[in-house]
Parts: sequence; C-alpha cells; structure tokens
Amino acid sequence: MKFRVAREVLADAVAWTARSLPPRPSVPVLAGIMLDVDGSQLSVSGFDYEVSARAEVDVTATEAGKALVPGRLLAEITRALPPHPVEITAEGPRLALVCGNARFSLPTLPVEDYPALPAMPSSAGVVDSDVFAEAVGQVAVAAGRDDTLPMLTGVRLEIEDDLITLAATDRYRLAVREFGWRPESPGTSAAVLVPARTLADAARTLTSGPEIVVSLSSGGSGEGILGLSGKDRQTTTRLLDAEFVKYRAIMPTESAAHAVLPVALFTDAAKRVALVAERGTPLRCEFTPGQVTLRAGGTDDEGQAEERCDVEFDGDPLTIGFNPSFLLDGLAAVHTERARMDFTSPLKPAVLSGVDEPAADDQPAAPAERAGSYRYLIMPVRLPG
Amino acid sequence: MGAPGGRAAGCSVLHVDMDAFFASVEVRRRPELAGTPVIVGGAGNRGVVTSATYEARRYGVHAAMPTARALRLCPTATVLPGDMALYTEVSRSVMALFRSITPLVEPLSLDEAFLDVSGAGRRLGDAAEIGEWLRARVYDEQGITCSVGVAGTKFVAKLASTRAKPDGMLVVRPVEVMGFLHPLPVGALWGVGPKTEEVLLRLGLRTVGDLAHVPARTLQRAVGAAAGAHLHELAWGRDPRRVVPDEPERSTGAEETFATDVDDPAVIHRELLHLSERTAGRLRSAGALARTVSIKVRFADFATITRSRTLEVPTDVGQELYETARGLFDALGLDRARIRLVGVRAERLVDAGSAPRQLELGAREHGRRDAELAADRAARRFGAGAVRPATLLHRGGRPGSAGPVPTPRGTPGGGPGAPRRGVPVHPDG
Repeated sequence: MKFRVAREVLADAVAWTARSLPPRPSVPVLAGIMLDVDGSQLSVSGFDYEVSARAEVDVTATEAGKALVPGRLLAEITRALPPHPVEITAEGPRLALVCGNARFSLPTLPVEDYPALPAMPSSAGVVDSDVFAEAVGQVAVAAGRDDTLPMLTGVRLEIEDDLITLAATDRYRLAVREFGWRPESPGTSAAVLVPARTLADAARTLTSGPEIVVSLSSGGSGEGILGLSGKDRQTTTRLLDAEFVKYRAIMPTESAAHAVLPVALFTDAAKRVALVAERGTPLRCEFTPGQVTLRAGGTDDEGQAEERCDVEFDGDPLTIGFNPSFLLDGLAAVHTERARMDFTSPLKPAVLSGVDEPAADDQPAAPAERAGSYRYLIMPVRLPG
Repeated sequence: MGAPGGRAAGCSVLHVDMDAFFASVEVRRRPELAGTPVIVGGAGNRGVVTSATYEARRYGVHAAMPTARALRLCPTATVLPGDMALYTEVSRSVMALFRSITPLVEPLSLDEAFLDVSGAGRRLGDAAEIGEWLRARVYDEQGITCSVGVAGTKFVAKLASTRAKPDGMLVVRPVEVMGFLHPLPVGALWGVGPKTEEVLLRLGLRTVGDLAHVPARTLQRAVGAAAGAHLHELAWGRDPRRVVPDEPERSTGAEETFATDVDDPAVIHRELLHLSERTAGRLRSAGALARTVSIKVRFADFATITRSRTLEVPTDVGQELYETARGLFDALGLDRARIRLVGVRAERLVDAGSAPRQLELGAREHGRRDAELAADRAARRFGAGAVRPATLLHRGGRPGSAGPVPTPRGTPGGGPGAPRRGVPVHPDG
C-alpha cells in the first residue's frame, strides 16, 4: 500500500472515524483504524461491533493494499501534521508516514483479525442533511445518559410514509419532532430505537452534502441496523432492542394557561438565576400576566437569586418549579425567537414549543418543518411547602 | 438548671447510653431470648460481635471480638445476624424522644447521645428528674433499657453513665466530681488509650487523682503538649466542650465482607442489590434522599477502591440505588477479580420532606417506591426481609427463615462464596 493525500483531507477523515473507536476496546484490533486503498480511493474505517464509520477520500495511489493502524495515535498524528501533502507507505509490519520534514513509523495491527464491517442495509429513503441534523439535535437532548436504562438512551425513529417522527425521553422530559423525507417506496412504515449519542454525532457530522441516505434493516432477531450515508461518509449503528415508552399518551391534550417567552432574554435570566441553584434544586417560575419571576436558592446556607422577565401570559397565575438544566436544554432546542409554554398544573408536564414569526415572505413553510412540530415536555419539580 | 442544693444542682448535661443496644432490640423482638446470652454479629469465619447481652458479657464476650471466639467463651449464646434498618429506626425514635426535651442533642452513635437540658429544667424538673423520666419513657416506648449519667460536663456525664450500667442512673454534682473522678483508673479518661495509659502507668500514675496532682508541665513532657494539657484539665473535672446538636446525617450505607472471597459477578450483583435495598430502607426511615451513590470494593489483597456517581434526581428507592451501584461496579471492568468486601453508600443526603422532588413523566400511580414503602411496612410487622426482591429470595437465614442455606441453582459461586451473614445458628422454627 502506498499513497499520497492532502493533509487536511486525511486529518478530517481520520478524526471523524476515530470518534467511533471504543475507548476501551474489548479486543485490541478494535482500537485500530483500517486504511484501505483501492484504485484512487482510500477508505478509512473503524468499528466496535456497535457502530461502524467509514470515510472515503481521493488519493494518488501507487499501490493498493490495507493496513490496520492504532486509531487514536493516527488521529493525533494527522491532526498535528504540518501543512504538506502526506505520503503513506506500508513497510512490512509497519506503516511509514511522511509529511514535510516529519516522518513517522507506526506499528500495525493484524488486518486478518479485524472483523468485517456490517454491510450497509438497503436504502429506505433520503432526508435533507440540515433538517435531519437539526431534528436529531433537538430530540437527542432529552435522551437519558444512564446506560443502566437502555430504553432511555435511545431516540425513537418512526417512519410513516413521508413523515419521520423522532422522540426521546429520560423520564423527566420528552422531546418530539416531525419532519418530512423522501422514502424509497411510498407507504413505508417502521419504528426503531437508535442510540442517541451515536445518532446525534452522526447527524451533526454528515452535513457536508445536501442529503443523507437512511438505510434500515430491522431483522426480527433484534439485530437491526441503521445506516446513514452522507457525502463520502457512512456510518452504521446497531439498534437498541428495547421497548420505547408510549410517549403519545404522555402528551397533554389540554392547556390551562400559556406563556410566550422571548427565548434569548428568558434564557439569559434563567441562567443567571440558576447560578445559585445547587444541583438538584429547582428554578421557581412564578407566572403572572405580563411577567415571570424566576427564583432559586432560598435556604440560609445557599445563595438566593431573583429576576423578572417580561412575557406574555394567558391564564391564572401559576408557580411551577423546573430543574434548570432541563428547562435550558429545551429553550436551546426550540430554535425560534419566541417560545410558547403550555401548562396544565404545577405538577403536570409543561410543553415548550417554537412560535412561528410572521413570515417576511409570503411563502409558508412546509407543514412538517414549521417550528410548530417541535415539542419539548418538561416534568416539573414539586416545590416544597 | 436544678434547684440550688438539689439532687442535681449544677448539672445540665445528660449522657444517655442504651444498654447492649442491638442485642436488647433483638431480645425485644424475640422475648423468648430474654435472660439468655444473645450475640449480635457476623456468624461467618470473619464475623465479629457487634453487641452482646449482659448475660453473654458475663462469659467475657464483648463487642469487636471475633464471633467464633465469643462462641467458645459462651457456647450457649444465640447468634443473630443483626438488622441495622431496625436498629436505625429504634435509634431514630429514641433520638426523637430526646429532641422533644431539648434541641441540644448530640448523638455519638446509634445508641448514645449527650443532652444539654439547661433550658428544659423548669418545665420537666431538674436534670435528674429528666434523666429518670427519659429512662422510663425509653423503656415504655421501646421496651429496652438505658443508663443515664448526669453531670455538669460531658465527660463526667459519660463516665457516670458507664458507672451506672446497666439500667441505672448516676448523678455527679460538681461538688462531687473530685470524689467521683479521682479514684478512677487513668484509662477511664477520654483520650487515654492503651498507649497513653502505658506511659502514665510507667510514671506511676494509676488513678485520675494521681494524674491531677502531677504538674501539668510534667504531664505534657510525658504525653505531648496538647494531650498533657487536656488530661490535666480533665483530671480536675474541667471540660469546656458544649453539647453540639448533630448536623444532619451526611451519608448512610451498608457493606458486606464475604465469608470467602468472591469472583463471580452474579454474586456481587446480588449482594449490591441487597446492600442497596438495605441502604434505601435506611434512607426512607431517616426521611432522606441520596444525591450521590458510591460503591466500595475491597479486593482479596485489601486494596480498596470507591467509585461514585451523582444522580440526576435524588432517590430513596433501592432499585435506583442498585442500578447505579451495579453500573459503577460493571464500569470497573473487573475480570473475575477476587473480592473480599463490597459496600453501597448513599451520600449527599437531602431531607425528603423539604426537598423539591423531580416528578417523572407518565409515572405510574404506584411505582417502585410505593412497592418498597409497602415492603418497609411489612418489615416492621413481620421482620426485616419479609418482602424483598425475588433475586434475593434464595438467600437463606435471614431472620424469620430457618434451615440450611439453599445453594441457588445455576450460581456456582453462590455456595461457599455467598455471604454468610445469615447462617442461622438459632433453632428457630
């Protein structure tokens, strides 16, 4: 194997692939990144039995071949290289890397021990990469991070013809977003659970092209795979084999009061007041017509803070407590200038959603992409006393 | 403050100490054991006596002695595994009784506390009357006895309660302190351990009186400046320390030393579940929620590590403690390491009553917490372990179950490696 490649291009591909390397590989070869040259294409891939990542790069190749290199080391080296073309040559059990005056010789891992990457399942359809990245980002914030409850670490992805619904919850909040896509065949219907962290990472980093091809194989044995292919990059992840909560039943159907918040001002105020809210103590929101008073802290040995913020409020005055980070996560995810918050009671979930700004041009947004399709439910904190 | 010249003149400090606390609570639960030697402690080959009735102490049994040795001294003793959740609960009730008299209660452990009753005197009589009233109330409410020392200072009160044991009360008025204190051996003083005692004995100082009459300088040369000055003051009955009400408990937990080292993760998981249930029970009886869960693992070579994780939402639910504890354990990535001890602790406790509570989306009306609360109630009626997770059902020998310890099927490590806490020594039907 021998090839020459632009430093930036190689560094990007290696860095992207290295993200999915396992921090503690169960077998040593899984710490490796596979470099595979075929024609004028280099593929850079990594795999940990859960997630596979493969980036393709144009190179000037003089000799085809494969080498398995320690992945993190390769990522650190390529990131630090001087701005010159990189020449890589396999030399027996070692790999030589030359860039400008820098020269590295790396040990390689046995290629024959490396597992085959899962085959990319057949394409189910195509999404716009920006829409997908936004929707996944909005929903994944609500997923749990506690691996002991796998069901809560996933994003539910439901396909119903030309509509995809994403949902995630960690028991305390629930985020749901719908968006349109172009299925391969009409009438497609599927529902799978994708590891949230992997999905969010993939969606965020596959935006270099306009579209992402979504592939799905949900084998009946729980060996389902989701594949996402963007420009020059593709990743697969094993699906979670767990039931998701029946989240539609949790969605409040009525609203007793609602507020319309200026997102930026309200967020800043909430962040300031939350500074005195020790971990686990709530942010107290007292809504009255025209304003909300935020308070936190309160006992003698804690700090106290209070701030008023002008909001529109419609309904009977209401005092409700939130975990400040849950509230801030939601505010950061609505992506509109103003957000609407609907309340049923101080002990029932509040629903945060985006508010459409009056469109400057008279072209309405596509129904499923309007701000209105994002819903972020927060379960309140029961305030003492 | 007592009336001038009264029985407790000048006395405002009480030291209350339960008599053979754990053992007494066990005897209360099983009255047929009254008047017999009872030992509470581990029964395995590493078990240690944590409490013994006076009937057992007569044979020389005392706390911290290996159970095996205690049984050689007193072969007729009934050995019980101990039930910290129950002791904690009794302790809480007793401490609550103390606090009904004065807010100045300083618990030293589950079974003893200092009370400053200087502010309570007028309402309930003098310190001696309060002491008698307390002894009667503890017996009425809990069916166990305690001993009370009444004095003007903490350390004299503590010495007095020790002298009054069992089931007694001793009042040492300030005018009587020298007469009480000076004949005592130097080892009776607080801060005199075996080492210091040896030094003092070598100087020919056998009693507190001897100590009192040595110049403070001499004493300081012998045992160090701080300790010397401290002992000199104590020997003259001077102890300026005040009764400091306790701060809320910062952590609670449980740990288990295996009878033999264990390397089977399934056995460790089961033990973590058991310890989590126990810890959660204590949290609930203390009305507290844990914000942080930590585990402790001691390996066969005594190397000990702890790991902790802060929960998103504070809890007192055993299942949630267990999930976190198990996650922490699994994250260690141990490859069948031989483990001697595991422990689970609930830390950074917050008061459940006044703590804000993060609600759950779509939570079932009766979730896991309600199930565990119901188990608590069953435990109070039928004994600890009356209701517990199915995974723990095969554990033999908890109070209330008898017979040989069944070896769980399909768990090879469950035999010799399983905790022996509960091997029933008592002939209980």
